[in-house]
Amino acid sequence: MDTYFNVMDCALIAIATGEKAQNLRELRDHLKHTHRGCLYYHFWGGLLRQHSSDSEFQNDFANWAHRSLNDARVAEQLSLIDPNIFEDLESLRRELIEVIEQRLYETEYVPWAKPGNEFQFTRSQTVVFDTGIKIEHPGQFPDIIPNLTLSSIFYHCIDARRRTKEIKSDFIVWLAGFGDRYAELISLLDQIDPYFTTLNELRQDIGNIFNQYFKRSLR
Amino acid sequence: MKTLLEQYATIVGNEVIDHLKQLANPLRGMKIIHINSTKEGGGVAEILNRLIPLKRELGIDAEWEVINGNSEFYQCTKKIHNALQGNREEISGNLYKAYEETNLQNYERLRSRLEEASIVFIHDPQPAPLLHYCSGRKGKWLWRCHIDVSHPFRPVWKYLRNYVEGYNASIWSLANFAQPLAHPLYLIPPSIDPLSKKNLELTDKEITGFLDEWNIDRSIPVITQVSRFDRFKDPIGVIQAFKLVRKYTPVQLVLAGGGATDDPEGTQVLGEVKEFAGSDPDIHILELPPDAHLLINALQRGSDIVLQKSLREGFGLTVTEAMWKRKPVIAGHTGGIRLQVINHYNGFLVNTPEGTALRVRYLLKHPDIIELMGKRAHQVVLDNFLITRQLQEYLTLVLALIYGSEDRIEIKMQATA
Repeated sequence: MDTYFNVMDCALIAIATGEKAQNLRELRDHLKHTHRGCLYYHFWGGLLRQHSSDSEFQNDFANWAHRSLNDARVAEQLSLIDPNIFEDLESLRRELIEVIEQRLYETEYVPWAKPGNEFQFTRSQTVVFDTGIKIEHPGQFPDIIPNLTLSSIFYHCIDARRRTKEIKSDFIVWLAGFGDRYAELISLLDQIDPYFTTLNELRQDIGNIFNQYFKRSLR
Repeated sequence: MKTLLEQYATIVGNEVIDHLKQLANPLRGMKIIHINSTKEGGGVAEILNRLIPLKRELGIDAEWEVINGNSEFYQCTKKIHNALQGNREEISGNLYKAYEETNLQNYERLRSRLEEASIVFIHDPQPAPLLHYCSGRKGKWLWRCHIDVSHPFRPVWKYLRNYVEGYNASIWSLANFAQPLAHPLYLIPPSIDPLSKKNLELTDKEITGFLDEWNIDRSIPVITQVSRFDRFKDPIGVIQAFKLVRKYTPVQLVLAGGGATDDPEGTQVLGEVKEFAGSDPDIHILELPPDAHLLINALQRGSDIVLQKSLREGFGLTVTEAMWKRKPVIAGHTGGIRLQVINHYNGFLVNTPEGTALRVRYLLKHPDIIELMGKRAHQVVLDNFLITRQLQEYLTLVLALIYGSEDRIEIKMQATA
């Protein structure tokens, strides 16, 4: 295991691919071939775009289906796709297409979005950098977590699930390197559902868990 | 005295400023030039006024240059602007010639700096041909388009495309605005500066002082639209809406138009607006010089509701400004306004003078909703549309361009705050 936990940070920049969908059929067709990065952006990118906090649903596909197609049924179905449980983006892509196919099969009428309200496929580039903060001992986390930027939380908790073979947050992977010593802490962190939350809430939840765990250990 | 970054930290928090410092660290000493066509007036100039000092404070060797042109040049660029927004504009060969010659002259004036710069940001169509002339360039060139080019008048876009397709990347305010080009199409919404004269906090006494000067009575509800006198902003539609509202409730309308040196059509539209308004004492048409920032600030703060009834809009920074001042905005369902005004949440999106009038009447009858929507509007701007967010995205973009085109770019050099 790494001796230190290097606190990283990241910044996301959006890139339009130029692909547009005006109805579910076009959405499905583009999804078959679109850049994998689009799936990443439309499922997770919203967490870093604060204004989407008004969104009813958890990903851009569901929000678009709701707002622009007025198809609440498929919006709900798309919203329930949890990207965190898929091994890779290709499996996620297959599930997304499957849900849309099912809806197209069920319905006789394919709703269209008004011109100007098409689904715009967007991917992102992520710039990752080292903040220079090194954690030597997990007991330092209670002081560090509240001061991390939201993008740092995004990197270590959300992005990590794409990077680590365990599909877990960087915190969990690092703590696991200590053997069973922090098994309880790992279990508590593992219970956090990072999908149905904001980064602010996520930071607070993780901070609370570290705080309570180490406060208790001191007793 | 506090540095600029320290001043912003009081608004957005230290974590945001630390993040900027870390992103900028690998770019310290880098020469970055921004070029546009006006030093004053318009959202682009306002942002550059603050973006450049901020970049410099972060250690980047940032510069801002303005291209100069004669009236034929501005006539041409105005027509190009309108055509990109969808108007059918016939542009004569002579005007195109003036456009090209002006760019060539400006290139010759700026040549050494353009050739040396590591990154060149070219804003909007006016200076777009500079890249074509700068064959000795060493850096990366970005074309920043602030206009809605979703449905351009094709012959004009075809002409301009020849100049912009050679850029390393282009930047658009929204995905809908972008036209397909062979290079990456980055998406960065613009922003406002909370510390500028146009947006800083004013006391109630100061607001009343400004409004008194223009005989605006604060005891009667005030609805205001601040924007250039431009047909796309639909000032006539705003007056129509005002007249519909006044049948039911006392109200005053302020139409305040800031001039921009690159907008020769403004005078003509202003004449049409004055004629349509007639001698109505409740309609205040204010022709403002480009430096009337405090007055605009006071007008927005002193208004009960702010309108932006645009038919076409780039991003709509006047909307952002009003929202920052905790005002619900009733705005045209177009362009970047849709990214800011969340219908029925922090304002209303409308399509007609009638729809505008309906929403104005509703809000005037519900002051509690005005307050609630205004509060939400402020938060949306704080989270998304301040200059610090735009700067963060520009820095990320520059890093992405320099370090490669991969999805994930790991900056090896350790960045320290």
